Amino acid sequence: MKKTIALLLAALLLLTGCHGTLAENAGSSQLDYPVPETFDTTKQHTITFWAKNDTNKRQTAVYEQAIRDFEKLYPNITVNMRLYTDYTRIYNDVITNIATNTTPNVCITYPDHIATYLTGEDTVVPLDGFLEDPRFGLGGSQLRYRGPGEIAPKFLSECAINGVTVALPYMRSTEACYVNKNYVERLGFTLPETLTWDFIWQVSEKAMEKNADGTYKVNGQKVLIPFIYKSTDNMMIQMLRQLDAGYSRADGTVELWNEQTKTILTEVARHVASGAFSTFKISGYPANFFNAGQCIFAIDSTAGATWVGSHAPLLDISEDALVEFETLVKPIPQYDPEHPQMISQGPSVCLFQKEDPQEVLASWLFAQFLLTDDVQIGYAETEGYVPVTVDAQESHRYRDYLSRGGEDMDTHYPIKIQASQLLLDHMEHTFVTPVFNGSASLRLAAGQLIEDTAKAVRRKQDTSDAGLEEIYRKTSALYRLDSISVTPGAGSLGPLPGEARLLLGGLGLAWLCILGAFLRDKWKSPGKNRRSH
Amino acid sequence: MKKIIALLLAIAMLAAFAGCGNKAEAPAATTEAPTEAPATTAPATEAPEADCMTYEEYIAADVDTPVCIETYVQAHQSWWDNKITVYAQSKDGAYFLYNMECSEEQAALLTEGTHIRVNGFKAEWEGEVEIMDATFEILEGTYVAPALDITGTLAAKNLIDSQNQKIAVRDLEVVAADDKGASFLYNWDGSGQAGDNCDLYFKVSDGTGTYTFTVESYLCGEGTDVYNTVTGLKVGDKIDVEGFLYWYNGMQPHVTSVTVK
Repeated sequence: MKKTIALLLAALLLLTGCHGTLAENAGSSQLDYPVPETFDTTKQHTITFWAKNDTNKRQTAVYEQAIRDFEKLYPNITVNMRLYTDYTRIYNDVITNIATNTTPNVCITYPDHIATYLTGEDTVVPLDGFLEDPRFGLGGSQLRYRGPGEIAPKFLSECAINGVTVALPYMRSTEACYVNKNYVERLGFTLPETLTWDFIWQVSEKAMEKNADGTYKVNGQKVLIPFIYKSTDNMMIQMLRQLDAGYSRADGTVELWNEQTKTILTEVARHVASGAFSTFKISGYPANFFNAGQCIFAIDSTAGATWVGSHAPLLDISEDALVEFETLVKPIPQYDPEHPQMISQGPSVCLFQKEDPQEVLASWLFAQFLLTDDVQIGYAETEGYVPVTVDAQESHRYRDYLSRGGEDMDTHYPIKIQASQLLLDHMEHTFVTPVFNGSASLRLAAGQLIEDTAKAVRRKQDTSDAGLEEIYRKTSALYRLDSISVTPGAGSLGPLPGEARLLLGGLGLAWLCILGAFLRDKWKSPGKNRRSH
Repeated sequence: MKKIIALLLAIAMLAAFAGCGNKAEAPAATTEAPTEAPATTAPATEAPEADCMTYEEYIAADVDTPVCIETYVQAHQSWWDNKITVYAQSKDGAYFLYNMECSEEQAALLTEGTHIRVNGFKAEWEGEVEIMDATFEILEGTYVAPALDITGTLAAKNLIDSQNQKIAVRDLEVVAADDKGASFLYNWDGSGQAGDNCDLYFKVSDGTGTYTFTVESYLCGEGTDVYNTVTGLKVGDKIDVEGFLYWYNGMQPHVTSVTVK
């Protein structure tokens, strides 16, 4: 009887051990997708592709050419493209369409967003099976085009959630600090090899000195915002990372609000108060101020490089507002210049589940086609992007393109090529943040803290410790940070909780006792167990 | 011995249950609703209630100060994510209310002429003077502003004094929007395409200069009369235009009506 009780207890233990992991691990029921044996070319497929461009007609042209080339290779597949210029719009439209089962087949997106898509049943296609398939995988035998070869492992790893590949990287970029070298030197500073936050704040404060007529000494204009940051989400995330401070953990634990965060916000508040710092959301595009000689340090994506500089091929201000100066492209400022860290970002491509496996295969064939050299290099050349495949990165065509920076102010616009080179030179210094259901909201919240702190200063509201606490409380409520699920078993779990240690210790002790009892019984009275029945 | 084993197993099981129990109770374990969009981006810094001001007082107010105005809705962009952007005008001046906090139900009440009181902060973004982080309440009364005729004044330096107003411009000529002679562009550079509800950009000449006008798709999207008219324009067409005098590093009207002569 006692043994029966013990067995029951053990069985219960096993059951309790299962609880949580399978039920809450988003996408765990979709670990693999059975790749069809063949592709039926007699059946017509129309697939929808939701694409994102940077409001750049050359990027649209690359997509259109890719679709034409692909449809020639696969006449039974028609690709209908819908163009977006905003990731958030894609995200919201996908969410809406998941509910109505009308998702696109192929979609440009961020892994953060996919984590939310995965909370739906059978939404996103897991790609590991496709990637490894000898017929249709990367360089597979039944492809009608030369496969893309190896995807840069670092970039591919950024597309995995809980060990499952849920997207293909499409392009990669990072952020750059575009510097007006003339103004920095005019202020009496020498640019260091690696920018530091201290340096940027120091120069920016110095730049606030004015002439008697109210103009700024450094530019002679009435407008100057020395330091403007485009994406404050990235600003906060990168600052925290550089400080080795908390942001989030792979299991969904939110660590955004900590002492380092408060220190960062206090610093931001100080420089907003002096007028030395502002943001895109508050003041406008960094490049517009920068090009007009009204900004010294503009931090924006490397994928925005064609808008930056006195001779930028894309302009959003009138030509008579342009100021002539030398632009430098630097990595974002660092707290520890010996160990630079910067974010890896850029579009990825995911596939959505459909009833017909042949339709999913058609989607995969197109998604993979987007990684072929012509598409990769063609798109990377439109902005400060880097191709995601090793073949494209190492190709003669791409290397030649990189080597020709400055030959013209269009295709070979030097600022753009320097921005791409920046990422290539610092790939090992890039990082991504953990992806989980809610990580997209957390990212927005990180930026909102900076935006609201800046607004509070400008509006003469409280930014003392209590004021910052209140800003966090409201931000946390706005983005429902308290509602983000913690997923046991996801990624690195960190130290075991006390209950788990007690459980494992108890189990170990129980097994030792069982083993001890068995040996003792065996030694004392062989066969007793059999007789006890 | 078996008692000890059973006791140890029982303790271990209780520990396991305790672990689960704690997880269920912890705030972080609350399951986020599947397929739910992120929370809205309503303002985290709220505008205090201020005495309502005249347009003159509003214009005199510093950027980043709290403002309260009473005005009338003339049009609005599409509601999205619990926010709405409103073109508003009173008899003494016009306002651009950017991303005002607004439920979908409230948005349905913001018809042309609706009288509203708005509390927010004065802001300036790329030259556009606006009210942001605002809330509103609906009041009694209606007013639909007449369009201000700015024909012949597009280059005038004091045109900015009419910023955000409902305007009309007559006798404009459509000129090429790009080097290839397109009469309009999907997105500013032609990077969009039909069917994606892109903004439309077209250029006009009043005989003294060339200006860019926009069909803001969140105000007048695909399927509206003005969208259809603009996508049917030809270079050389003579047109009359109505819209709102929006600013983006200079005048860039958001067009609501185009009449081809």
